[in-house]
Amino acid sequence: MCTLEKLDRLFLLKLTGDGEHRLNPTLLDNLRSAITQIRSDPSSSQSVLITTSDGKFFSNGYDLALAASDPPLRAVMAAKLRSLVADLISLPMPTIAAVTGHASAAGFLLAMSHDYILMRRDRGFLYMSELDIELVLPAWFVAMIRMKVASPAARRDVALTAGKITADRGLEMGIVDSRHGSAAETVEAAVKLGEEIVRRGADGHVYGRMRETLLREVLHAIGSNESASNGVRNSGSKL
Amino acid sequence: MCTLEKRGDLFLLTLTGDDEHRFHPDTISSVLSLLEQAKSQSTRGSVLITTAHGKFFSNGFDLAWAQAAGSQTGAVNRMHQMVESFKPVIAALFDLPMPTIAALNGHAAASGLMFALSHDYVFMRNDRGVLYMSEVDLGLPLPDYFAAMFAAKIGTSIAKRELLLSGKKIKGEEAVALGIVDSAAHDSVEGVVEATVSLGESLAAKKWNGEVYASIRKSLYPGLCAMLSVTDKIAASP
Repeated sequence: MCTLEKLDRLFLLKLTGDGEHRLNPTLLDNLRSAITQIRSDPSSSQSVLITTSDGKFFSNGYDLALAASDPPLRAVMAAKLRSLVADLISLPMPTIAAVTGHASAAGFLLAMSHDYILMRRDRGFLYMSELDIELVLPAWFVAMIRMKVASPAARRDVALTAGKITADRGLEMGIVDSRHGSAAETVEAAVKLGEEIVRRGADGHVYGRMRETLLREVLHAIGSNESASNGVRNSGSKL
Repeated sequence: MCTLEKRGDLFLLTLTGDDEHRFHPDTISSVLSLLEQAKSQSTRGSVLITTAHGKFFSNGFDLAWAQAAGSQTGAVNRMHQMVESFKPVIAALFDLPMPTIAALNGHAAASGLMFALSHDYVFMRNDRGVLYMSEVDLGLPLPDYFAAMFAAKIGTSIAKRELLLSGKKIKGEEAVALGIVDSAAHDSVEGVVEATVSLGESLAAKKWNGEVYASIRKSLYPGLCAMLSVTDKIAASP
């Protein structure tokens, strides 16, 4: 499901296998455990996290098929993703998403939950698919989009056109920090960036606090979601 | 005054006549009623394109009508009436269950520019027509929902300053550079309308669910929509 490696000072978190890395409850639990493990490592305040994946997909979003067969799991997956994202926002180290495949909906959100997005340009796209599959965006998704996508026109393009955003377009839109020729090159660049950041020697705890302040709107929206009534569900038709 | 036509999937809202298309209680109420009509006839794949005839898209509120009240208090009351009654027009555009495109044939000033910015996409001409927030020149403060619109739709501090604090008349090319409009590629009214129809048709082809579209649109502008009292019909997924 996912593996956690240490590469000198860097943590490499990888979503493994050739599937769509759908964010089902098990994968989300595994990812959260990995984050907990990272936090408890004594060198963590002088480290960097790189998140990447095997195969064609970074992550294709929530496991909607699972949710269709067992509706309460929809809320469970959402709650687990909110916790994971809150963990990533408070993580006492810089975070890099090495996007080596498609990132859709919650998968796109997961990529945006990192401080840097490096992406391959030969294949793959970022895709806020909700409009195409008749789902609305939760307020906390929109809060993340507002924080990570600067121009109103680009936000509209992300959310209201359900466009498939390549690395080139992502770079223009200010969503992607740099683009690279292949999956391997993207990971290599992420490692290089990670090492450069570690060399600067900043205090991860201070960094984490600063990030929390910068992204407080997102944390607030996540918090508001937690206290909203349970049983809120999307009534949009899929017909 | 204004008309609503249907061309396939596209609703075409036109401010007719060669005048300044100033917003006055009667025009406000006509436009609102046409927007309500479009909403009631909307289906999957519907798109709205708004344009106008003549030199002006809209030159803002009817200040002459306000002055014609005959007294300072009367004029202020009439201004207030227009500001308040215009708010539902803006709300109706944010609530509209379909993509919306403004095709600027000419000048858009003050509430006329507000009207344009209330659309999801704004196209203007590069040869004619300016965007102008006249309030700073006229000594009029901005109503709260006007300020909220600019906060929502204009991305950079520089663009906000140029639009709101400089009294500048911004032409097409600069409007694109500042990120205020999506395109100013055409040097004729036919060119702009054709471009918006083309965009409209490509959006219509997606056959999106209009209620979901409107819900996502409103969620992008939470502060402004709260001020406009446009509520969400679809409970958000967690």
